[in-house]
Amino acid sequence: MNASDQKRLLREMIFYRRFEERTFEAYMERKIGGFLHLYSGQEAVATGVLEAARCGHDYVITGYRDHIHAIKAGAPAREVMAELYGKETGSSRGRGGSMHIFDPTVNFMGGYALVGQPFPLAAGLALACKHKGTDQIAICFLGDGANNQGTFHETLNMASLWKLPVLFVCENNLYAIGTRIDRSSAVTDQYKRVAAYNIPSSQHDGQDIDVVMASAGDAVAHVRAGRGPYFIEFMTYRQRGHSMSDSNAYRSKDEEREWLERDPLKIYGERLKKAGIVTDKDIAAMEKSVLEEIENDIVRFAEESPEPRVEDLNKYCLDDQPDPRWIGPLAQGEQHG
Amino acid sequence: MAEIAYWEAIRRAHDEELAHDRMVIAMGEDIGVAGGTYKATSGLYQKYGADRIIDTPISENSYTGIGIGASMAGMRPIIEIMSINFALLALDTLINAAAKIRYMSGGRASCPIVMRTPGGTAHQLAAQHSARLARMFMSTPGLRVVTPRGPLDAYGMLKSAVRCNDPVIIIEHESMYNMRGEVPDTETFRPLEGAEIVRAGTDVTLIGYNYSVHLCLAAAEKLAAMGISAEVLDLRALRPIDRDTIRRSVEKTHKAVIAEEDEATVGVGAEIISVIMEECFFALDAQPVRVHAADVPVPYNRQLEKAAIPNADDVLAAALKVLGRV
Repeated sequence: MNASDQKRLLREMIFYRRFEERTFEAYMERKIGGFLHLYSGQEAVATGVLEAARCGHDYVITGYRDHIHAIKAGAPAREVMAELYGKETGSSRGRGGSMHIFDPTVNFMGGYALVGQPFPLAAGLALACKHKGTDQIAICFLGDGANNQGTFHETLNMASLWKLPVLFVCENNLYAIGTRIDRSSAVTDQYKRVAAYNIPSSQHDGQDIDVVMASAGDAVAHVRAGRGPYFIEFMTYRQRGHSMSDSNAYRSKDEEREWLERDPLKIYGERLKKAGIVTDKDIAAMEKSVLEEIENDIVRFAEESPEPRVEDLNKYCLDDQPDPRWIGPLAQGEQHG
Repeated sequence: MAEIAYWEAIRRAHDEELAHDRMVIAMGEDIGVAGGTYKATSGLYQKYGADRIIDTPISENSYTGIGIGASMAGMRPIIEIMSINFALLALDTLINAAAKIRYMSGGRASCPIVMRTPGGTAHQLAAQHSARLARMFMSTPGLRVVTPRGPLDAYGMLKSAVRCNDPVIIIEHESMYNMRGEVPDTETFRPLEGAEIVRAGTDVTLIGYNYSVHLCLAAAEKLAAMGISAEVLDLRALRPIDRDTIRRSVEKTHKAVIAEEDEATVGVGAEIISVIMEECFFALDAQPVRVHAADVPVPYNRQLEKAAIPNADDVLAAALKVLGRV
């Protein structure tokens, strides 16, 4: 990877951190409603994995902590912000909100709030890729908590049985909301759990984007080569609560401090500085330009965008332009005794 | 026009749609090598291969979810669930995913799946194989729910469901797979919306869906012998409900009986009576009557099962009640 790509990645991660912090502010101002789950602290995982994939070509799907996955996959950040504001210009036209960002134009197939539900959906996307004979793959990001759902076991079994081109990315941040992994999973190393389904797997540091990119690169290559699914686990940590209403009372301050030391932005920033690729001044300039972009472009777009029209409440429930040949109504002549 | 069995009609619809579009696949338990529990996919594995006629493990929620995911990427999966009782295991992916994805993506994603499943009592299958559950699906926005009563609709509605861009639940019935009926030799589509007047009459409207239409028809025969002209209405679709056809019929007969094989509480009959109240309350000459199952899990014992499930005589008795003849 050349220096300009490295600089780009550092800026991206700074952008993701500041984007999430800005959503927090808007939430406190009550401009964003519902539940809001921030990705701060885990940036190296989505950024590194999707850097190793082909965004816009491969399918990406995830859980409810989905803003950054969507943006890195190619969804315009201003549309993601507008979605959080519930605006008509949002990624999901204001109908989905924070947990349901969609952008099928870049094959980002959604964020889902039912823990573990994306497993089978991802395998289905992979089944379609295989059926069509393209070299696309499906990438499914989920947390460690999702692995205790039946869908995890059912889907891994079928994905392995049918050799589906799907990469399961486990973002192990140690907590399923407030329940620590050793209190909810009989096997705490998640990558070991998939051995039962004959799926190759590995565990890596999720705070170091270089490690993420290298290991995800191998995993993506495995899946794209038609060798079946792969399960990759990244050890990471969310710096904030599960959602806005969570005070993190279940985590020790020592543990939080330890992981803050391993902040992915800090690790990568220090590395690039040591290599002479960036200076403190460059990083300060990045921070400034990121904040300007967020404020002047992204937030402004969200603020100025229109709300959905109440007259459109029933829109999108079913196909709004159905073909009468399949739908009806039943003509008199079609009635039969 | 040939007379074929209900299962043959379903098989023919699969065959034609699989031939028409390579994106159509079928998936479910025992549908491939074994040919399907009710033969509805027999021979298709040999014709289309393991990649398109997919035998799944016993993992209803996730194989349904795989079908949904595939449909989001352009496939047209026909998902068979061996019994509607087992569809309870797939409610998360059906109701939390399939029914909501179009809406919560602001119309940007869709999941055109078809889920076929038999609901209903048969011969002493006991509580865990006799559920009907139509009421659960008909109350879910984002789904279409249809209930073919015979081979023509079983064939033509499955074909329409595969072409339609919405998730469609097709509720079949264990006791109808060998029922025979005429189906045109030429390709035919039957619409997924619209109730049908199956027998015209003037004195009372008997409303059924799926298997209960046949109870209504049998009751209408008996009523005819008594000089009473019953109109039989097949709802065909439980979601959306064809309110106009119900209203027109009740405005003509002024009396309504609703026959459902399911329990009454928060059920199809309750919904249809609400429709009648909202659409044509002042046309009624008598309070509508529901014919429905006993409010118990379906028993195994033959006599108890019979007592729990409505039959044609129950529909007849209900009709006589609304007519003031008892």
